[in-house]
Amino acid sequence: MIGYVHTAPAADAPSLDVRGVQFSYPDGQVALRGVDLTVPRGERVALLGPNGAGKTTLVLHLNGILAGGAGTVTVGGLTVDRDRATLAEIRRRVGIVFQDPDDQLFLPTVAEDVAFGPANLGLRGTELAERVAEALDAVGMAEHRDRAPQHLSFGQRRRVAVATVLAMRPEILVLDEPSSNLDPAARRELAGILRGLPVTLLMVTHDLPYALELCDRSVILDTGRIVADGATAEILADADLLARHRLELPYGFDPAMAARQLTANG
Amino acid sequence: MGAGHAHVLYRDRTSAVHRLPPEVKIAAMVVFTLAVVATPRDAFWAFGGYLLLVLLVAAVSRVGLAWLASRSLIELPFVVFAFALPFLGTGERVSWLGLELSVDGLYGGWNILAKGTLGVLASLLLAGTTTMRDLILGLDRLHCPQILTQIATFMLRYLDVLVGEARRMRVARISRGDDPRFLWQLRGFAAGVGALFLRAYERGERVYLAMVSRGYQGRMPGAWLATGAATTRHWLVAATVPLAATGIAAAAVVLG
Repeated sequence: MIGYVHTAPAADAPSLDVRGVQFSYPDGQVALRGVDLTVPRGERVALLGPNGAGKTTLVLHLNGILAGGAGTVTVGGLTVDRDRATLAEIRRRVGIVFQDPDDQLFLPTVAEDVAFGPANLGLRGTELAERVAEALDAVGMAEHRDRAPQHLSFGQRRRVAVATVLAMRPEILVLDEPSSNLDPAARRELAGILRGLPVTLLMVTHDLPYALELCDRSVILDTGRIVADGATAEILADADLLARHRLELPYGFDPAMAARQLTANG
Repeated sequence: MGAGHAHVLYRDRTSAVHRLPPEVKIAAMVVFTLAVVATPRDAFWAFGGYLLLVLLVAAVSRVGLAWLASRSLIELPFVVFAFALPFLGTGERVSWLGLELSVDGLYGGWNILAKGTLGVLASLLLAGTTTMRDLILGLDRLHCPQILTQIATFMLRYLDVLVGEARRMRVARISRGDDPRFLWQLRGFAAGVGALFLRAYERGERVYLAMVSRGYQGRMPGAWLATGAATTRHWLVAATVPLAATGIAAAAVVLG
C-alpha cells in the first residue's frame, strides 16, 4: 500500500498549512485575499465554493506553480519557496489530480504515465516498476497498465490520473473536481478507492453529497477568502450559508438523513 | 473515440520480426534503403535480389502479400513523374508499339520506380511489424533528438483527443444548420479550425502544468528506455537483411 512520506517530514507538522495567502493575476484581478487553512495529517477535507471563488488558484499555490503574493504555504513542515530543490520536494509531497484526465495523462501507455512522476524523482529499474505496480493496484487498474489512455473509459482514466500522483507517495493528495463527468457507478467506485487510501486528502468540488460522503470536514472558499470551516454535515445543513455562497444541494437531498445513513454504515 | 488511429499500418501478428527491438528494425530499414539507392540503375538483377529479400522478410513476418501490395499503392502519386520520363527524355530514342521513347528516360523512369517501390516496401514492413509507440522508442534509443521524439509522443497521445474535439465541434455546427458543402460556406469551418487551434494551445498549457506538478524539469526521464533494449544477438539477426543488400549493391557497382 501507499505509505505516508519518506523524505523525513517533521513528524508533528500538519500535512498542509496555508497562512495569509494573497494573490492577484497580472491583469489586476484579485483571486485570493488572505487564505488560512490547516489540514492535519490523515484528514480528508472538502474545499467547496462557487465558480470563480479562487479554488483552482489556491490549488496551484499548494505546489508552488503560482506564488508571488503575500503569505506562506507549508507542506509537512517544508515551506514553499523559489529554491529548485525545495520546489522539487514540494511537488513530490503535493499530488495534484487535475480535473481533465486527458491533461494529466500525456504518455502513450498507462504504465509509462504512472512512471513519469517517480522517474522525475530519480527512481529507476525495479524500484520504479514496484512503485508503478503499487500505485496501479491501489486504484484497481493493474491489468490495464499497457493500454493507451485514450482507449480507457473516462472513469478509468480518472483512476489512472490518481495513480500517477500516488506513485510519488505524496504527503497530501489534492483532487480538483474528482466526481465531474463520472457516471454514478464510476463516481461510487472512485469514492471507495479514495476512502481506502491512507493519505491526507484535499478535495475541491461543488458536488456536496460527495463531500459529505468522503470528508468529515469542509471549508467554503468564496471571493478569495475562507468563509466557513466545520463539520461537513453541519455546513450542508446550514441552508442560509450555502445560499449566500451560491452552493446548492441536489433536489430532494436531505443532508441530515444522509449523515445518519453514513454513520449507520460506519 | 477512434480506437484505430494508433494502428493505421501495424499488423498485429506474432513473428520473429515483430519481436525484434524497434531500433534494430529501423537501422536495418535505413541501411537496406541506402543500399538500394546506391545501386546502379542498369544492374537489373540486383533489384530482383532486393525484391527477393523483401518477400522473404514479408513471409517471415506474416504481414501478407496482398496487404503489402495494396498499401504500396501509396507511392503512386509520387512516381507519376517516372511514367512521364520516357516521353520527356532527350537523346537516343527507340520505338515501341508505335511510341517514340527516350532510352535515357526509360532508364530514369525505371530507376525511380524500382528504388521508390523497394523503399516503400521496406518502410511498410517496418510499419507493419512495429507499433507507433515502439517506433518512437526505437528512434529515442538511436539517439534521435529528444525534442523530435517528444513531439511525436505527444502527437500519438493527443491525435485522438484532437480528432474527437474536431468531430464534436463539427456535429455542434451542423446541428445548428451549417451545411459546409460549398466554398462560400467555408467560414464556419475556418472559424472551427481557429477554435480548435486555441483549444489545443490551452490544453498544451494545462498538460504542461500537470507535468510540472509531477516534477518535470525540462527533460523526460528516460526510465523506460532501459527495458527490452536490443542485445548483440538482435543486432546480428537483423543485420542479415541489410548485409545481404549491401553485398548485392557492392557486387552491382563492381560488376557494372
